[in-house]
Amino acid sequence: MNLSQLREGQRATILRVGGNGTIRRRLLEMGLLKGTDLYVEKYAPLKDPMELIVKGYHVSLRVQEASQISVEPIE
Amino acid sequence: MPEKPISIALAGNPNSGKTTIFNNLTGTRQKVGNWPGVTVEKKEGKIRYQGVELLIMDLPGTYSLTPFSIEEIVARNFILDEHPEVVVDIIDSSNLERSLYLATQLRELDCKVLFVLNMTDLARNRGIKIDTEKLSELLDVSVVATVGNKNQGMDLLLETAVRLAESNTDVAQRRRVRYSKDIEAAIVELQRHLEAQYGDTLPYNPRWTAIKLLEDDKVVKERTAAAVGERGADIFEYVVRLRERLMDRYAEDPEIVMTDERYGFIAGIIKEVQVLSTRRRVDVSQNIDLVLTNRFVGFPIFLFFIWAMFQLTFTVGDYPMQWIEAGVGMVSALLDTLLPQGLFKNLLVEGIVAGVGSVIVFLPNIVLLFFFIALFEDTGYMSRCAFLMDKIMHLIGLHGKSFIPMLMGFGCNVPAIMAARTLESEKDRLLTILITPFMSCAARLPVYIVLAGTFFGAKAGTVIFSIYLLGIALSILTGRLFRSTLLRGADAPFVMELPPYRVPMFKSLMIHMWDRSKMFLKKMGGVILIGSVVVWTLSAFPRDIDYSIDYDQKRQQIAADYDRRMAEAQGAELDALKKENASSLGQLEHRRRFERAEKSYMGKIGKAISPIFSPLGIDWRNSVALVTGFFAKEIVVSTLGVLYAVGDENESEALQQALQDSDMTPLSAYAMMAFVLLYVPCIATVTTIRQETGSSGWMLFSVVYSTALAWAVAFAIYQGGRLFGLG
Repeated sequence: MNLSQLREGQRATILRVGGNGTIRRRLLEMGLLKGTDLYVEKYAPLKDPMELIVKGYHVSLRVQEASQISVEPIE
Repeated sequence: MPEKPISIALAGNPNSGKTTIFNNLTGTRQKVGNWPGVTVEKKEGKIRYQGVELLIMDLPGTYSLTPFSIEEIVARNFILDEHPEVVVDIIDSSNLERSLYLATQLRELDCKVLFVLNMTDLARNRGIKIDTEKLSELLDVSVVATVGNKNQGMDLLLETAVRLAESNTDVAQRRRVRYSKDIEAAIVELQRHLEAQYGDTLPYNPRWTAIKLLEDDKVVKERTAAAVGERGADIFEYVVRLRERLMDRYAEDPEIVMTDERYGFIAGIIKEVQVLSTRRRVDVSQNIDLVLTNRFVGFPIFLFFIWAMFQLTFTVGDYPMQWIEAGVGMVSALLDTLLPQGLFKNLLVEGIVAGVGSVIVFLPNIVLLFFFIALFEDTGYMSRCAFLMDKIMHLIGLHGKSFIPMLMGFGCNVPAIMAARTLESEKDRLLTILITPFMSCAARLPVYIVLAGTFFGAKAGTVIFSIYLLGIALSILTGRLFRSTLLRGADAPFVMELPPYRVPMFKSLMIHMWDRSKMFLKKMGGVILIGSVVVWTLSAFPRDIDYSIDYDQKRQQIAADYDRRMAEAQGAELDALKKENASSLGQLEHRRRFERAEKSYMGKIGKAISPIFSPLGIDWRNSVALVTGFFAKEIVVSTLGVLYAVGDENESEALQQALQDSDMTPLSAYAMMAFVLLYVPCIATVTTIRQETGSSGWMLFSVVYSTALAWAVAFAIYQGGRLFGLG
């Protein structure tokens, strides 16, 4: 399952961050690493981008970028 | 005591409160400029602390020192090349884990580092407790706690920084990040190789160079190659071999593994120094966002804020603008009466005062706009604007934040282009700057009103609206075109922090607003001054024009003629004659002005270039008007007034009549309006583009592109229209 498939209010753990070099490294540097837990706070009114809470701070990602992050939802 | 001031650089994540601390430390003694060659804002301030001179530099806010964005390159190069005595890393205590990423990268560089745990009050409120002594011990670095927005801990920060700068201790290389066995082995191997082969010629410390080379860092690769010269080729082969070995081992690029391991190292530190209490306070910021980025009311509220900002900038700003205009008028009237007739007076009054006056009137708009932008930024709402608008702006290949500059463009392009500073990515900023001039600014409206009013009558409103739409459509097309050609691949990832909302500090808002306004005045002043002198010279020379008739003699003749007739007349007849007299003299004066404009250098230029414009249905008079419009778009109307030789009174009606009587058709008027919309923006905008892109090349590009596009579009409209039998 990838991050962009999650609904508002869902929690998940990151399994793998894919994508090309620049975006991938940027995501990792912002703390979106394998094994990190995240919470989907909301989607923007036009459904893109999305807002996450990771490592205690709020960050937004485009849906297209989020689709390259595979996650395991936490029940 | 050293003569040179101690240099202290402030580094830190965006939203870490770095700027607040910088403002606290330097107050109003700060200088804002640009880093050479780039549009990243450079701020520095000189202060004296306990008899020691300190030079404090505010580095751009970054999340890491990986040279992806221009900010990161600027920050890292400053530390590497300028060797500040102390680098102060401002850390958001409520966000310790992520902040430590930059901190560990700074720790790997060859410099004295001081960690400042800022916003400790916020962290405490959130139930986060940080053991500063333990952190200091674990990383072998001095740590100071502060609360920037309450001005707490600033003395301690300066004291510790000065002590650190004056201490002789070598930069400790102990407590650095330890990577896993294979990576560490590769680092050591490369480091030994570098030391053995190139020892002193290396630009940076060998271990750091080895790490960066393994990470395939472009900047370090280039610098190393330049430093070691010809023999360096083998280094890179060596690096490629080591990188391949690591890729085999981890099935992953080494830089990814190393980023991961830095976070692993940080996780270890966090475990030891940070205690989270289970008690969690309500997150106020999250509640505000329930409304402000709400699915239903988020957009309406956003539109309201933007509308209010636009309204206040341009309507409230209108009052001081009128005062300034009146003031400029008074100055020029005063000079007019005080100075003797002559060339110098003309230059001063018509050239310099009028030219500089035309720039100063923008000041209220600029000041207000920057106040609102500072307010948006300092409260944290700016990133919500980007969050809301990103989907739409992304269609043009732009970032959500580009919306504000583009919208401001409808008011005035100058502050709009300056507002593009809020964009973090260099390429997004460039693209925004290049397309903003297509937003039809308020100064172009008078031109549309005259032309559309003359040729389209009741449909004028619709026609003007279609011109605005044309601008928007072409900005979208241009955006997509440049995104896929010139500025390709730079679609910066939208990994954007949404920082907690904060109450802005008044002092910081004022500093922000004033600094940017000051820069506008200073940089604009010089160029506008030169520009106005040039335009004035072109229209005022040659002085001795070979008039077709002797106007002075003619005037005397007419006056004498009427004097004679009026002496004989009485009553109503006398009044009629007086009126007739005035009107004849007025007409004569208009003919003289018309001839003077026609025969000045400006007129000659107009005639010379009119072949370029004739395929667009634009005659030589309109060509001259367009050329003078480069000075300021409103001038197009007043030049037309002069060239069509209409009087000052009821000018717009008379001008409309004159235009109606000319060769212009609705079709050529529409082509001309499209041309006015698109062609080279006014001199103030061009100067701003030069200043904000830091490059004459981009300025020229913008000038040439917009003018070429204007010509092509006007050509298509005029010739296309003729094909369909219009006009």
